[in-house]
Amino acid sequence: MQMSRRAFLAGVSTFALTAAASAREYRGGIPWHPGASLPPPAFDPDDVYFTAEERAFVTAAVDRLIPADDFPSASELGVVDFIDHQLAGAYGRGDIYYMQGPFRDGLATQGYQAQAPALLYRQAIADIRQGLADAGQPDFVELGPEEQDLVLTRLSEGRETLAHTDAKTFFDTLWQNTQEGYFGDPVYGGNRNMEAWRMINFPGARYDYRPWIDHGGEAVILEPVSVGGRMVP
Amino acid sequence: MTTILPRREVLIVGFGWTGAIVAEQMTREGLDVIALERGLWRDTSTDYAVNNAQDEVRYRYRDELFEDLSRETLTFRNEGGQEALPMRMLGSFLPGTNVGGSGVHWNGQTWRFLPTDFQVRSHNIERYGEDAIPEDMTVQDWGVTYDELEPHYDTFDKLCGIAGKAGNLGGEIQDGGNPFEGPRSSEYPNPPMEMVAAPLRFADAARELGYQPFPGPSANMSQAYTNPLGVSLAPCSYCGFCEKYACGNYSKATSATTILPALMQRENFTLRTGAMVLRVETRDGQATGVTYVTTEGEEFFQPADMVFLCTYITHNVNLLMQSGIGEIYDPQTGEGQVGRNYAYQAMSGANVFYDQDFAVNPFVGAGALGQVIDEFNGDNFDHTGLGFIGGGYIAQWQTNGRPIEHHPVPSDTPTFGLGWKQAVRENYNHTIGVGAHGAVHSYRGNHLDLDPTYRDAYGRPLMRLTFDFKQNDIAMSNYLTDRVAEIARAMGGRRVDVSPLKTPYDITPYQTTHNTGGHIMGDSPSNSVTNKYNQSWDISNLFLMGAGNFPHNPGYNPTATVAALAYHSLAEIKRSYLQNPGPLVQA
Repeated sequence: MQMSRRAFLAGVSTFALTAAASAREYRGGIPWHPGASLPPPAFDPDDVYFTAEERAFVTAAVDRLIPADDFPSASELGVVDFIDHQLAGAYGRGDIYYMQGPFRDGLATQGYQAQAPALLYRQAIADIRQGLADAGQPDFVELGPEEQDLVLTRLSEGRETLAHTDAKTFFDTLWQNTQEGYFGDPVYGGNRNMEAWRMINFPGARYDYRPWIDHGGEAVILEPVSVGGRMVP
Repeated sequence: MTTILPRREVLIVGFGWTGAIVAEQMTREGLDVIALERGLWRDTSTDYAVNNAQDEVRYRYRDELFEDLSRETLTFRNEGGQEALPMRMLGSFLPGTNVGGSGVHWNGQTWRFLPTDFQVRSHNIERYGEDAIPEDMTVQDWGVTYDELEPHYDTFDKLCGIAGKAGNLGGEIQDGGNPFEGPRSSEYPNPPMEMVAAPLRFADAARELGYQPFPGPSANMSQAYTNPLGVSLAPCSYCGFCEKYACGNYSKATSATTILPALMQRENFTLRTGAMVLRVETRDGQATGVTYVTTEGEEFFQPADMVFLCTYITHNVNLLMQSGIGEIYDPQTGEGQVGRNYAYQAMSGANVFYDQDFAVNPFVGAGALGQVIDEFNGDNFDHTGLGFIGGGYIAQWQTNGRPIEHHPVPSDTPTFGLGWKQAVRENYNHTIGVGAHGAVHSYRGNHLDLDPTYRDAYGRPLMRLTFDFKQNDIAMSNYLTDRVAEIARAMGGRRVDVSPLKTPYDITPYQTTHNTGGHIMGDSPSNSVTNKYNQSWDISNLFLMGAGNFPHNPGYNPTATVAALAYHSLAEIKRSYLQNPGPLVQA
């Protein structure tokens, strides 16, 4: 069937020109425009959220979560930059999360009940640092590795009570974001040079493994590829 | 101010799998059809190009294909005495939004239910006696039979180009297929997927234990395929980005890759996006149309002769509640049907860890690439003395090696730190997961209603979900998990860790997007919201598509049954309703 030119124009002429979110009508064909594909949002290292103190805290924490050994630590692969940038944007603001009150603690089975992630980080870091100060202890970044691990473990097990937010929710969010930054695509600022992928031999954004279906239990080791190509931003 | 639009013959709310099926069938009849979709237009070449599609942060963890909870969500509690709280982030299930709906990001595991699944109450009572169904288990026969649905399952298999091996052709058991399945009228349109090492290990172990493994039916293309609408799909490239992702390669059957290229050409079809339907309007026992609001905040009334609700199941139920159609179910009195018999899926499994000399290469995967046994599904085994009914399939699917989501470690690994990092490195390429995909039978306490406290962005009360796994689910799942463990231990690894069903139900960890019930079908208005043709008992020009019709959730993935029910409904609409509008079944 021939596509109706009138219907085509009525339906899609503004598709590529304005925000994709507005209401539209489509009739008489599949709308398609050259150059209208949606690449991942660009990483901007200047678009950040943390204060200097928060950044120091998160750097110390993520390097206890994923420390350096023969392979880089979390911060060495850009995880702090990743989290900082994520919190400065839609994720940190909770744009697509339900953020209406009332906020209540709830049961463990009821899921995330904290404020949006950026505020969660701000409240939790301040509370943890205040708690250490009140106990006459050094700041988190001044603690030794074992003491830092103890603080993180207490958070992870929900044994720490914070004044303004939920300790376990903060730990779970920090740990999840750390893994996202470490193992995610390098276009988002973490996993620099795809080193985390090399560590486990994940080949990245390759889209055709048919030559290796019959691998017979032999390790398939391929140079990784990013959705941004091989370049590291 | 509400703008009143010109009347249409057929109005579809929600443009995912069933919306596209309804539109394709109704435009073919020459009817003037409009579909309203709250999300955006989405198309493979523009939005899911292969150079963008394989992005874990963007799609899985920033929810690009999933619904926006800031607009509407639900509240959740495990049981009636608790205060429900809002699902602020997605977790346990991931409903989609935009054109294609959740069908864009499914794995493509494409099952038919067992013939006895549709007679779950009468069959179990007949075989095991009245005591087989506990007093508070509210399962019921579906009012439709496998034989009635078979031609429509067949239509969907051919639309999608499902890859598999028949186990029962017209009553003749076939070597290499599922010997327990209902009789099929024809072989799968495509041969099974080519297997990688992990499912082959599972199949070998299962065979040694006396089971009959077979290749899982797949909506990933095992070869190039052109469907009856003339739409072509490409061979799957085993890229390992399937569930939670869109396919950039036209290799997974979705509405966009099987229906839309044909449907969108038809002059009697119109799609409006950015159109959020707030309620169905009714007068004198008929739907007059729907009221919707656009992304820009303008409100419209779209009149129509027939209305099809084709949104995700929770939204279909919510639309009934927000529109005051039917009575909301009260578990105390048992009165009301809307929101009754919500169910889910009972997932459990085991990990088999291998030494470094055997590599799994988990990234060489596909959504429905696997081997399965069906000995413990439905009533395929004798339940005498077991204390439960139903079951599930046991499978090894090699779906992915996406490292944020997939980095299995032994259960005694530290939560974080050097020990965790070393364990990830040692086990990433040397672990095989085996899973049990179990049924959930409906219970009195598991239901949907409206929340007294929280509201959505349109000012409406949020829907409230009350759900927990009950005695039958737990006993059944534990039995399945024991069978999983036996197979896993026969797979030649150095270690096996077993993960039973986690109770109480927790809305945070991803389990599966197989929510069911709430506007269930049945043989009488006293036990259901829709008749066997998924036509509202209350409003005869209102049809409800989707898994909301399931009176309980059997031990298989739901999509093929969702589609078969839609085709079954549409066949009767074409045969009878279009000539004589009115109830297709007398109440």
